[in-house]
Amino acid sequence: MIILGIESTAHTFGVGIVKDEPEYILADVRAKYVPEKGGIHPREASLYFMREAPRVIAEALQTAGLRMNDVDGIAVALGPGMGPCLRVGATIARALSVYFNKPLIPVNHAVAHIEIGKLITGAKDPLIVYLSGGNTIIAAFVAGRYRIFGETLDIPLGNFMDTFVREVGLAPPYVVKGMHQLDKCAEESKEKKILNLPYVVKGQDVSFSGLLTAALRLVRSGKAKLEDVCYTVREIAYSAIIEVSERGLAHTGKKEVLLVGGVAASSVLRSKFEAMAALRRVDVKVVPPKYAGDNGVMIAWTGLLALKHGVTIEPERAYVRQRWKLDQADVPWGDP
Amino acid sequence: MTKPMYRGETPKIIALGAEAALIKHTFLGMPAVYKVRLPKPYRDPKLDLRLRSERTATEAKIIHDLRLAGLPVPALYYVSLSEGLIVMEYVEGDLLRDLINRRISGYVDLVRELGKVIALMHGLGVVHGDMTTSNVVVREGTPYVIDFGLAKYSSELEDVGVDVHLFIRAVESTHYDVMEEVTIAFFEGYASIAGEERVKEIKEKVKEIRLRGRYVEERRQKRNK
Ligand SMILES: Nc1ncnc2c1ncn2[C@@H]1O[C@H](COP(=O)(O)OP(=O)(O)OP(=O)(O)O)[C@@H](O)[C@H]1O
Ligand SMILES: Nc1ncnc2c1ncn2[C@@H]1O[C@H](COP(=O)(O)OP(=O)(O)OP(=O)(O)O)[C@@H](O)[C@H]1O
Ligand SMILES: [Mg+2]
Ligand SMILES: [Mg+2]
Repeated sequence: MIILGIESTAHTFGVGIVKDEPEYILADVRAKYVPEKGGIHPREASLYFMREAPRVIAEALQTAGLRMNDVDGIAVALGPGMGPCLRVGATIARALSVYFNKPLIPVNHAVAHIEIGKLITGAKDPLIVYLSGGNTIIAAFVAGRYRIFGETLDIPLGNFMDTFVREVGLAPPYVVKGMHQLDKCAEESKEKKILNLPYVVKGQDVSFSGLLTAALRLVRSGKAKLEDVCYTVREIAYSAIIEVSERGLAHTGKKEVLLVGGVAASSVLRSKFEAMAALRRVDVKVVPPKYAGDNGVMIAWTGLLALKHGVTIEPERAYVRQRWKLDQADVPWGDP
Repeated sequence: MTKPMYRGETPKIIALGAEAALIKHTFLGMPAVYKVRLPKPYRDPKLDLRLRSERTATEAKIIHDLRLAGLPVPALYYVSLSEGLIVMEYVEGDLLRDLINRRISGYVDLVRELGKVIALMHGLGVVHGDMTTSNVVVREGTPYVIDFGLAKYSSELEDVGVDVHLFIRAVESTHYDVMEEVTIAFFEGYASIAGEERVKEIKEKVKEIRLRGRYVEERRQKRNK
C-alpha cells in the first residue's frame, strides 16, 4: 500500500509518500513559509502554499519514482490548525482524490506527530510527552483514543522559553547549534543558585505564566544575575514537566516515554527524563528533530494506518477542523 | 529515622507514587502509612529540598486542619520536614478508581459523596491540587481524600475551577466510558452542599480553563510578534 499525505496546518506545506513496508518513507518534500517579519499571517501563508503546492507534489512523486496512479490513497491533515492554511491542503487533496479516483483519508495533525514518532523510534505503547512552541500535552493511548492526562493551563513550554529569552534580550535566534538560549544562559550560572520563583504544578497540569512574569520582574529589578535567573527558570520549568510526566507514568503504568516536539531536542531536558526513567525502570524515546517538525510524511503514515482500518471520508464532507483536539480523534489502529 | 516507630509488624511498600514511597506499618500500635518524599535525581538539589519540605509541610498541615474540621481524611500522626516524612492513619479500603473500574454497585453514590466532601473542603478554603479518583480511598462507604502535597489555602474561583477541572479531566481519561454519570453525580453531590448557583459558576470557570493553553493557532501567531 502506498499513501500520499499532505500537511498544511500552519507554516509548512509538506507532501510525503509512504509505503507499508521498509523503507517506509519514499518521499518527503517541504516548503516552509517564513514571514519576512512578525508572526505567521495565515492568509499570506496560504497564498504561499498555493504557489508552492504543484512543485512540492510533483517533486515528491518524482523522488518516489511514482505517478499519481500508483498511489492507493490521499491523506490530508484536516486539523487542528489555521483555517486558510488548512483549506489549501484540503482543497488539493479533495481534487486529487476525485480526479484520480483515490480514497481520501482524514488525518488529525497531532495524532500524526505521535504516529511518526512511534514508527521512527519503535515505541509501542508509550506515555506521550509533546513539547513544542504550540503544545504541552501528556497523553497516552487508552481504548481507541489518545487521552490527555495533562497539559498546560496557560502557555506551552516552548513558547514560555522563547518569550523569556526574547524579553531579556537573548533572542532571536532562539536556538543556536542545537542549544536553546535558555539552556545556554543557564549553563553560565556558576553558583547554580535557586532563586525564589514560583513552581506551579496542579495534578498533571503545568502552568508557566506566573513563572514568566515573576522571572521577568526579577531580571528587570536588577536584583539577581541574569544567568542565575535563567538557571532557576530552566530548572523549575523542566522539573515541572518531568514531574507531571512521572505522575502520568505512575497513573497509566506505561513502560515507555515518547518525547515529541521541538523542545525534546534539548539535551538537558532529555538527560533529566533519562534520570527519571531509570528510577521508574522505563525507556525514553525521542523523535529526532527531522521528524519532530511539521511534515507530510507523518500525515501519509497516519493515513496509511487509517486506511488499513477502513477510515476514509467522502470528499464533499472533508471540511477542515481548526480545533480538532487530539482526544477527539478516533484511533482504531492504536491497540499495542 | 527513629527506630522505635518501626517496631511491630514488618513494613511493606504499598505504592510508589510520583512523589513518594508509601510504606504500611504501625505507629504506636496503630496501623499507619509512612509517606516519604524521596529526593529526585533529575531536580537541582536545592530545588528538590525546597519542594519536598514545602509539600510535606503543606500535606501535614492541611490533612490536620481538615481532620479537625470533621472531613474524611487520614489522621496525622507524625511529621519530619528534613526527612520529607509524614506518618498518617492507614485507611483500609479500595481506591475509588478501582471501584469505578470494577463497576461495583453504588459507585455512582460514592462519587456523589465525594462531590459533597470536595464542596465542604472548598467551603473551608482548601483546594486539593491533584483531584483524581486515585487520590480517594473508600472505607466503609466513606470516600477518604488523600495526597494533599499540592493543596493550598484558597477560596478563589480560579483555584476552585482548576480543582474541578483536574477531577473532570481525570475522569475523562480514566473512566471515559462512564464519564457522564460520574461527572453528573459529582456535581449533584457538590450542589447539595454549595448550591446550584455556585456549581453553575464553577462549571463556567472550568469551561474557560479548558480553552486555555490548548490552542496552537493563536499561540503560533503571537509567538513571533
Ligand atoms: N535544541 C532545543 N532545545 C530546546 N528547545 C528547542 C530546541 N530546538 C527547538 N526548540 C523549541 O521548540 C519549539 C518549536 O517546536 P516545533 O517546531 O515542534 O513546533 P511548533 O511549530 O512550535 O508547535 P506545534 O507544531 O506543536 O504546533 C520552539 O519553542 C523552540 O524554541
Ligand atoms: N493514608 C493512606 N491509607 C491507605 N492508603 C494510602 C494512604 N495514603 C496513600 N495510600 C496509597 O498510596 C497511594 C499513593 O499515595 P499518594 O497519592 O499519597 O502518593 P503520591 O506519591 O503523592 O502520588 P501521586 O503520584 O498522586 O503524586 C495511594 O493511591 C493509595 O493507594
Ligand atoms: Mg496520589
Ligand atoms: Mg501526590
